[in-house]
Amino acid sequence: MQVLQIPGRATLSMLAEIGRLSLFIGQAIFWLVRPPWYGRQIFRQIIDIGYYSLAVVGLTTMFSGMVIALQSYTGTERFSAEGETSVATVVVLIITRELGPVLAGLMVAGRIGAAMAAEIGTMRVTDQIDALDTLSTRPMQYLIAPRVIAGTICLPFLVLVGDIIGVFGGYVIAVYQLGFSPSIYLSGTMEYLEAFDVIIGLIKAAVFGFIVSIMGCYFGYHSGRGAEGVGRATTNAVVYSAILILVFDFMITGFAFVR
Amino acid sequence: MSDIKIQIRNLYKSFGSNKVLQGIDLDVHDGQSIAIIGASGTGKSVLLKCILGLIKPDSGSAMVEGIETVGASRQTREDVLRKFGMLFQGGALFDSLPVWENIMFRFRQKNALSIDELRQVATDTLADVLLEERVLDLYPAELSGGMQKRVGLARAIADKPGILFFDEPTSGLDPITSGVINRLIRNAVDRLGATAMTISHDMNSVRQIADQVAMIHDGHIIWQGSVKEMETVDHPVVHQFVHGLPTGPLTKYAESI
Repeated sequence: MQVLQIPGRATLSMLAEIGRLSLFIGQAIFWLVRPPWYGRQIFRQIIDIGYYSLAVVGLTTMFSGMVIALQSYTGTERFSAEGETSVATVVVLIITRELGPVLAGLMVAGRIGAAMAAEIGTMRVTDQIDALDTLSTRPMQYLIAPRVIAGTICLPFLVLVGDIIGVFGGYVIAVYQLGFSPSIYLSGTMEYLEAFDVIIGLIKAAVFGFIVSIMGCYFGYHSGRGAEGVGRATTNAVVYSAILILVFDFMITGFAFVR
Repeated sequence: MSDIKIQIRNLYKSFGSNKVLQGIDLDVHDGQSIAIIGASGTGKSVLLKCILGLIKPDSGSAMVEGIETVGASRQTREDVLRKFGMLFQGGALFDSLPVWENIMFRFRQKNALSIDELRQVATDTLADVLLEERVLDLYPAELSGGMQKRVGLARAIADKPGILFFDEPTSGLDPITSGVINRLIRNAVDRLGATAMTISHDMNSVRQIADQVAMIHDGHIIWQGSVKEMETVDHPVVHQFVHGLPTGPLTKYAESI
């Protein structure tokens, strides 16, 4: 029977964690929709998440667009003569449907999810969260809700900008390195792109923004004592955000594109 | 009985198999300044957090001005919290806010005063803790430990609460700064006519701040009396703790756990 104790304990611990996380998400959503909303906190988070992540997301998607252009050119060259159109189509579809939201999500998880977990974790271990409570301010409403709102709002905007920059990266490689005609490349970009592709990408981004902010807040809020506890919270926030982003990416893709 | 501000009855709290509080009974009277003393890890801060509602006790009762805080609704708890001012061990100032916003945090949430009025009240409150106006716009990271404690004290007294809590107010401070903090706390308590509860194992601090002393040991309050009585107490555990003796029952207890 002792053999069963270890997996049994691990299962119970995992179920307890899922329960705690579910309760946390429920509370966060509850306080998202209830006034008062802390406008200054939301604005600060929007600047942190949206504005300060622009460069990271822009660079990532631009180089991804460039790589896709090069890879699709060398790939399609083997079986297709219409390289100019197919490269443009591959770049725009992969960027808008997949890489834009996923890369932005992962970059924001590394930059913002970690920062949220570290900041809230430090607040936890230095009694700042208890201080908020004793000052008659609900931590869920003052700390968590603004971050979740900002994360969910900002990521679609980041992805929209990232999509444009990523497609531009592909355009630069196609026109200046591969010698494609700019007009044919642009018409190839627009010809097969549907609004649905972009919208699904933005929906993914909103879901990823929610995931990143909620995981950062959750692990920070339940951070253990001391520097080690905060460090572990930060690591967990990034790792679990990244895993959940990829899981939800698969689920949304399956739901939206596979008929 | 009517002048009892805080009444604790049969309070129990465990963390797993660690029984921290095992039936605490305590009365704090109106205008009294009581210090809770005890060795590290005996549950002083846990008791305080149970009263504040930050930790839910396993059983028992904690009443503030006749209102039960254990298991109270959020609204009831918030009503009770408005009567409190709290100075945390490390100050617990909000890193992202300047000093004046830290002090006026509670006021700012009410939106009742303009920014200029808030800054003026913050300046006046800073003067009460002997800090100059120039620190108003500094951030907590730019302050020394002693200044952070003073700003924390200013935040605790800004709303002129009737009940003040101090958690290890002098921990991590040098003796001179500790003396200043103790004097400021005593002055603030006297000026506000507040009831105060201080958690400390700094006996100099206890002597300066408190009228009454209660000692927690092994989950129970084992002794309670005035500061004067504390000096001559013959209870072996309290005697060893108060006088900081290296040998005695507390040493044996610490070695046994």
